[in-house]
Amino acid sequence: MKIALRVAVFGIVVGAAGMCHAPSAWAVNACIDCHKNLKEENLRLPAVKINDDYHVVRGLKCQDCHGGDPEAADKKEKSHSKDKGFRGKPKRLDIPAFCGRCHSDPSYMRKFNPSIRTDQVKEYYTSGHGKRLREGDQKVAVCISCHDVHAIRAIKDQAAWTYPVKVAETCGHCHADPKYMKERKIPTDQLKKYKVSYHYEVLTKKGDLSAPTCNSCHGNHGATPPGVDSVENVCSHCHAATAELFDKSAHKEAFSDLGQPACVTCHGNHDVMKPTDDLLAGGKGTPCETCHEEGSAELKKAVEVRALIGGLSRGIEEADAILTRAEEAGMEVGLPKFELIEAKDNLIKARAESHTLKAKKIKVLTDPGVVIAQKTVKKGHQLMAELQFRRKGLAASLLVIGAVLVGLFLKIREVDRRGRS
Amino acid sequence: MSEMKANRIVSWLEERVDLGAAKHLIQEKVVPVHHHTIWYYFGGMTLFLFATQVVTGIMLTLYYRPGAEEAYESVQFIMTEVQFGWLIRSIHSWSANLMVGTMMIHLFSVYLTQAYRKPRELTWITGMALFGVVLTFGFSGYLLPWNVLSLFATKVGTNVAGQVPLVGHALVRFLRGGEDVTGATLSRFYGLHIAILPAVTTLILGFHLFMVQQQGMSSPPDVEKAAAKHPMKTMPFFPNFLLRDLFGWFAAVGVLAALAAIYPWELGKKADPFAPAPAGIRPEWYFMYMFQTLKYIPAKVGPIDGEVLGVLAFGVGGLFLLLVPFLDKKSARGEASPLFRWIGVGIIVYMVVFTALGYLAPGGK
Repeated sequence: MKIALRVAVFGIVVGAAGMCHAPSAWAVNACIDCHKNLKEENLRLPAVKINDDYHVVRGLKCQDCHGGDPEAADKKEKSHSKDKGFRGKPKRLDIPAFCGRCHSDPSYMRKFNPSIRTDQVKEYYTSGHGKRLREGDQKVAVCISCHDVHAIRAIKDQAAWTYPVKVAETCGHCHADPKYMKERKIPTDQLKKYKVSYHYEVLTKKGDLSAPTCNSCHGNHGATPPGVDSVENVCSHCHAATAELFDKSAHKEAFSDLGQPACVTCHGNHDVMKPTDDLLAGGKGTPCETCHEEGSAELKKAVEVRALIGGLSRGIEEADAILTRAEEAGMEVGLPKFELIEAKDNLIKARAESHTLKAKKIKVLTDPGVVIAQKTVKKGHQLMAELQFRRKGLAASLLVIGAVLVGLFLKIREVDRRGRS
Repeated sequence: MSEMKANRIVSWLEERVDLGAAKHLIQEKVVPVHHHTIWYYFGGMTLFLFATQVVTGIMLTLYYRPGAEEAYESVQFIMTEVQFGWLIRSIHSWSANLMVGTMMIHLFSVYLTQAYRKPRELTWITGMALFGVVLTFGFSGYLLPWNVLSLFATKVGTNVAGQVPLVGHALVRFLRGGEDVTGATLSRFYGLHIAILPAVTTLILGFHLFMVQQQGMSSPPDVEKAAAKHPMKTMPFFPNFLLRDLFGWFAAVGVLAALAAIYPWELGKKADPFAPAPAGIRPEWYFMYMFQTLKYIPAKVGPIDGEVLGVLAFGVGGLFLLLVPFLDKKSARGEASPLFRWIGVGIIVYMVVFTALGYLAPGGK
């Protein structure tokens, strides 16, 4: 009797537990639990990718974007019910509005990050992509083209498509695909050109994340190529000092009159290379010959500027070479190396000043630099002479020590012989 | 004439000072001659290199300025502006390394020839104390140029001291003069290097040499046994052995001059306490075997921290060496002691292999 009573109570308890609904945490995973078992790839993948999504990290669930009833496990009509706010997969044309439902709502976004921008959708519709999308062109980038979908990562995440090092590839996904872009009348070699540029080298090889990539010059959500008038403004965002110097030159007005973009005319855009002093030569193959005739007064100025900067550069190279020789030979070169830094600074300033094309101002920088470089070369020669002196001193002292050793050896022999006898 | 003058000087001195010991050293002291006689020179060589350190060290103190703001610049001044400053500084640095090397050879040759046995236990103990003092000289002196390598080597070295159980943290604070290696550490190490350690060395070295003179040179047990049948060959200390010592010392001067001129000791970059440690930081070669051993010990060995275990193991090793005259009963009876000899060989092999690994193993360069 007692045993039967215990079994009955146990059965009631188990039955009650079985009839209880799972706590809400289980119910939230109902979307994923169902979708991850589906055969169709396009329906199954989101449930797999979602684990990497930043929205999930911040506590959002499937229903926060797609609506529906996450607790209605195994009941598609209920889980996908429009009465429960189910929005499903948005159409491509509607994607910006779909994301903007939260991302354009400052009072909602404030909960997660009070300082986050909420004008991305507004900005997007000013871009080339947004304008075309509004006209019904679906072959343009929308939010998920750059940010991915269901595995959207924070921008600071190194795996994010929008992480600085990855931005060029993300844009190039379309813009570097000639087949995809064939109806557009824009080139598709920007990514290839960018990858040989100095900006790309600094970003990817030197790890400087502040180096420009596509969005630095074209914008993000409002991506548009800068107009001819605004190229200098774009470049001067980083190269402010150089832009200021350029504004003082005759090129500023001349480029404007000719409708030529500043900076890009000499330095290129996507394939910006590290500038060398050869750009100042003004000879064949340089941008100067586009406008200036050979032997013209302007080109003669360029040659003069080139001579000033080249002279300082060569002086520094010579100083560096002799200090390196001395250092490798064991001489202490810390102080002369330190003093040479001022000459190197002057060279950098002179190269920047070359944008003004004013030889007098450049000379003010190169002349003291040349004096320092010459002093350093002299110091280098003194160090090499000191090295020779030390070597000769060593040879002389080793001769003396050798003589003493020979003397001691003979004395030892004599003393031993005396001892034996 | 000159002999007469010398005799007159000696007579004058004898009326005032007992020259018995000096006379004994010159006239009576002999050095055994056998197949291990070569090792006898290393004690004198270490002493000569120590004297070199004292002389060059005194010369350096004329220009060196202790203090985080000035130390590096003063060494730079010595190397570049002071006439022959580069030579004195390089000789001081090279001689320190050579001295540690000859000291190790001296220590292990004494060990392997069982010269620590009765009645020379105190000579051995003072010798071990001198070994510790010399390593401390090396460790404290290494910081004085205040360059990047010396700052981080000192940080790592004093961190290891922090692994000593119970007193580790207090020991580190005492060594560093604070929580971190700063100008306070530099002042402390400078005082240690030029005042405390020389005073301690004078006392211990004086006693060590006194004991050596008192008891004469030891011979290995097998040589002593053979001498029971045939008289042992000897040579007078003065002038035979001393001339040979001088030969070695002059050769050492030549080696030091060549090293200083061809491989001058580098100045390095000025220490920046806020910068991260450069990659591949490592101590000087004479601490390398310990450093490398600690790298191989796992972070935890059972409940014990790996580093603590390593430090304790070194402590036990040092204690073993210190007490070997009392542990090696066979030697005390004047017999050969193969077991302790093989332990000694094992220790030498371990030190050589782990020092080499410190330079050759991946991540060691």
